[in-house]
Amino acid sequence: MSRIIVVTSGKGGVGKTTTSAAFAMGLAMKGYKTAVIDFDVGLRNLDLIMGCERRVVYDFVNVINGEATLNQALIRDKRRDNLSILPASQTRDKESLTQEGVERVLNELSETFEYIVCDSPAGIERGATLAMYFADDAVVVTNPEVSSVRDSDRMLGILASKSRRAEQGLEPIKEYLLLTRYSPERVRLGEMLSVADVQDILSLHLLGVIPESKSVLSASNSGTPVTLDEKSDAGQAYRDVVRRYLGERVPHRFVEEEKKGLFSRLFGG
Amino acid sequence: MGLLDYFRSRTPNTSSASVAKERLQILVAHERSERNKPDYLPRLQRDLLEVVRRYVHVDDNAITVTMEEDGNHEVLELNIVLPEEAAAAPKPKPRQRSHPRR
Ligand SMILES: Nc1ncnc2c1ncn2[C@@H]1O[C@H](COP(=O)(O)OP(=O)(O)OP(=O)(O)O)[C@@H](O)[C@H]1O
Ligand SMILES: [Mg+2]
Repeated sequence: MSRIIVVTSGKGGVGKTTTSAAFAMGLAMKGYKTAVIDFDVGLRNLDLIMGCERRVVYDFVNVINGEATLNQALIRDKRRDNLSILPASQTRDKESLTQEGVERVLNELSETFEYIVCDSPAGIERGATLAMYFADDAVVVTNPEVSSVRDSDRMLGILASKSRRAEQGLEPIKEYLLLTRYSPERVRLGEMLSVADVQDILSLHLLGVIPESKSVLSASNSGTPVTLDEKSDAGQAYRDVVRRYLGERVPHRFVEEEKKGLFSRLFGG
Repeated sequence: MGLLDYFRSRTPNTSSASVAKERLQILVAHERSERNKPDYLPRLQRDLLEVVRRYVHVDDNAITVTMEEDGNHEVLELNIVLPEEAAAAPKPKPRQRSHPRR
């Protein structure tokens, strides 16, 4: 039995692709056979973040249209051979993603993989709604910022009404909050919504908090999911997220600022 | 951080983050209540208006149809405000009785 996880947000640029890559790599590092699919038709980027852009031959839409087999399109990760990437098509025809086609591909992937991570595009158009339609779990990526929180709530409404589980009256999709680009210092200064604020508003199970981190940009520069960077705070936070998702009890980190003495708190440090 | 920041952080209720939270709480609550409405409500409202108008002339905005959640069941509330002169107007056949419920 495989589990389908959608990484979604509504708002663009909040960290869905970063999260999909880091999360999929994290699951693979835990030994699970994992596939990660780019649903951002027309704006393929997951391949770049995963560092396999030069190995793309066929894509998701080719498989749906029967122009390639799934095995021809899947790219096996060079670092973890239990991780595969299905790249998005660069076609501008958004209609090429069909519900039947997506279902067929997901069914075929389920025969081999234990976890299937779907990287949703921004917005509420076809790519985004199809990415979530077949999901068992949803990771709602949110930044501590008004428009992102509002859009996340909007996505929760869609998850609860327009998914396969909702339409067939099955057990609802499990929804998790992932707060990313978090800055404890700015929270302390009252400039940024806190974890507690966002949770009060969205009332979701908190999967983790990913700090705003320079290591995310350098990871994307080199095409390495940030989970592989052991020294990175964001990488560690993503590893914790994977362990929590898998049912381990892991205390939340990176929510508080590094401890400072009273002196430096008062007089700057 | 400086001394000023320290005291600023002591008064979180006027911070921009707390303003953001308050605005979001109001907005999200409103959007959630809108979201749960069935999409036939506007059409139902239009049809009802048409039916009522066969008997008494009411304004376009005299009818409101709302769906509210009450514990574990939903309540469809229909509100018709009759015009002042309705009582004095020529008697409709049959007499339509309708009261605003609130
Ligand atoms: N924790 C973080 N710290 C710093 N930068 C981050 C963090 N997470 C994401 N970013 C940066 O934010 C930008 C957007 O990230 P990403 O592409 O993952 O977002 P997205 O939600 O997939 O965007 P889109 O909606 O366009 O698909 C990237 O430049 C990324 O490096
Ligand atoms: Mg993306």
